[in-house]
Amino acid sequence: MDKKDSLTLLILTVCLVIFPFIVTNTYYISTMVFVGINGIIAIGLSLLMGYAGQISIGHAAFFGLGAYTSAVLTAKLGFHPWGAFFLGILLSSCIALIIGIPSLKLKGHYLAMATLGFGEITYIVFNELTDITGGPSGIGDIPKISLAGYTMNTDIKYYFFVWAFLLLILTFSLNLIHSRIGRALRSIHDSEVAANAMGINTGKLKIQVFMISAVFGSVAGSLYTHYVTFVSPSSFGLFFSILLVMMVVIGGMHSVWGALIGAALLTILPEFLRALKDFEIFVYGSVLLLIMIFLPRGLIGGLEYLFNRLIKKV
Amino acid sequence: MILHTSKIKKTFGGLVAVSDLDFTVRECQIKAIIGPNGAGKTTVFNLISGILPPTGGEIQFQGKSITRLKSYRISSLGISRTFQNVQLFSNMSVIENVMIGRHPRTSSGIMSSILSLPKKRKEEKEVRKRAMEYLEFVGLGDRFDESPENLPFGKQRLLEIARAMATEPRLLLLDEPASGLNTKETQNLSRLITEIRGRGITILLVEHDMELVMGISDEIMVLNSGQKIAEGLPREIQENDEVIKAYLGED
Repeated sequence: MDKKDSLTLLILTVCLVIFPFIVTNTYYISTMVFVGINGIIAIGLSLLMGYAGQISIGHAAFFGLGAYTSAVLTAKLGFHPWGAFFLGILLSSCIALIIGIPSLKLKGHYLAMATLGFGEITYIVFNELTDITGGPSGIGDIPKISLAGYTMNTDIKYYFFVWAFLLLILTFSLNLIHSRIGRALRSIHDSEVAANAMGINTGKLKIQVFMISAVFGSVAGSLYTHYVTFVSPSSFGLFFSILLVMMVVIGGMHSVWGALIGAALLTILPEFLRALKDFEIFVYGSVLLLIMIFLPRGLIGGLEYLFNRLIKKV
Repeated sequence: MILHTSKIKKTFGGLVAVSDLDFTVRECQIKAIIGPNGAGKTTVFNLISGILPPTGGEIQFQGKSITRLKSYRISSLGISRTFQNVQLFSNMSVIENVMIGRHPRTSSGIMSSILSLPKKRKEEKEVRKRAMEYLEFVGLGDRFDESPENLPFGKQRLLEIARAMATEPRLLLLDEPASGLNTKETQNLSRLITEIRGRGITILLVEHDMELVMGISDEIMVLNSGQKIAEGLPREIQENDEVIKAYLGED
């Protein structure tokens, strides 16, 4: 992590701590919890897309695996929430490994196809495995999670809980990017042949990053489950997978900060547009279209551009 | 002998790019491969560095077979290369390009990277220091922070050499290092290549610039249509009838 990242991280942390004291409306706090949850998945996905140059169109499935592992194990089998949390991570990373080995050893976008299929299979399993998952009606009465004696049973507690996770994951990701591994990842993006010739095992590295992004998805899923205390398959379909890819692209693929901004925009925007009723979809689509046309490097690219212009003027 | 190939062969569909090629590179030698366009020179490099698997035959490096190894393995064993069409990492700075070369000689993994453990931070400092040394060696020390795309072409070639050197190779493959360089740059290059050899690194190069080749090579191999037509000292090659025929054609 460089100085600019550390400073941004510090500013973000301060803003996050102040936010609930200024905005006390629980509806906004709750929206921010969802920004945090989506942000965690988007950060993982941006490591995969922006750095390893691979697309996953099934990340909702890893989100779902985390959510359902937590839901089934705690609500039905009486597991400890943290036990279920880590089992979800284990399951997601194993599945990512199984999908990743055949599809990432090959050059090209085989991972996109494999994850698309995997996402659909998972969705069907959630729906049809009624005995375990409760089928389309889902699982309710999921217990709350607690940490160091505090049960996360209010919006405000959960807000701090989720964002603490996000900051941790963001720090990990920034560390990773500014390391030997991160450098190797960026080199794959420019020239895989040259990267290989410099002794980088590109296939293995891509699989590892895919596993990391799956783990982040699973973490977000478990956090979601214990917040909403209800899961059903409809939250984990293809639409959400595509929305996650959109968050990364709209925010700016070349930066994990972009993923966070993208997640914030695409989570908050629909809430504001709800007042427009019938025009909601129209405005939503237009906003996305305009961003893609005028900011091909995403929102973060636009911000960087403005920032550099400002510095030049000063 | 550091590198030895026996009957290596590469075909692309019906096209025979390299056929039954035997040759040897001795320790600390500067050996050149020359030949007309399409003779299979770059293919030979791609076979040695593992970018293409050979259709047949065997390649031995320091007495061990590397025939079926992936290119990242071969690089770790001590063969590094540059590319005819420069392949730099354009979204990284000049020094980061060289730092990539340290990859096979360092070990920080995912976990120590994510947690930014002291071991990783110490290694990063060391990597940066070593990368800087290689940049200074090729004369790019003052441009470490720039984007490689800002460098003139000749300097980009030098950057590729620094990057390859950073992997601490025993054998360095240079694919047309002088192409696109002016006379002065070529003279610098020939001095640099001799200096690299002075460090105990064996050099195998493919090159069209005859002045460079004749000036620095200990031995030259001539390829035509994927086959060896001559091999020997620069003076012998210059006088070889087969070679003159291949280059100028028969009447």
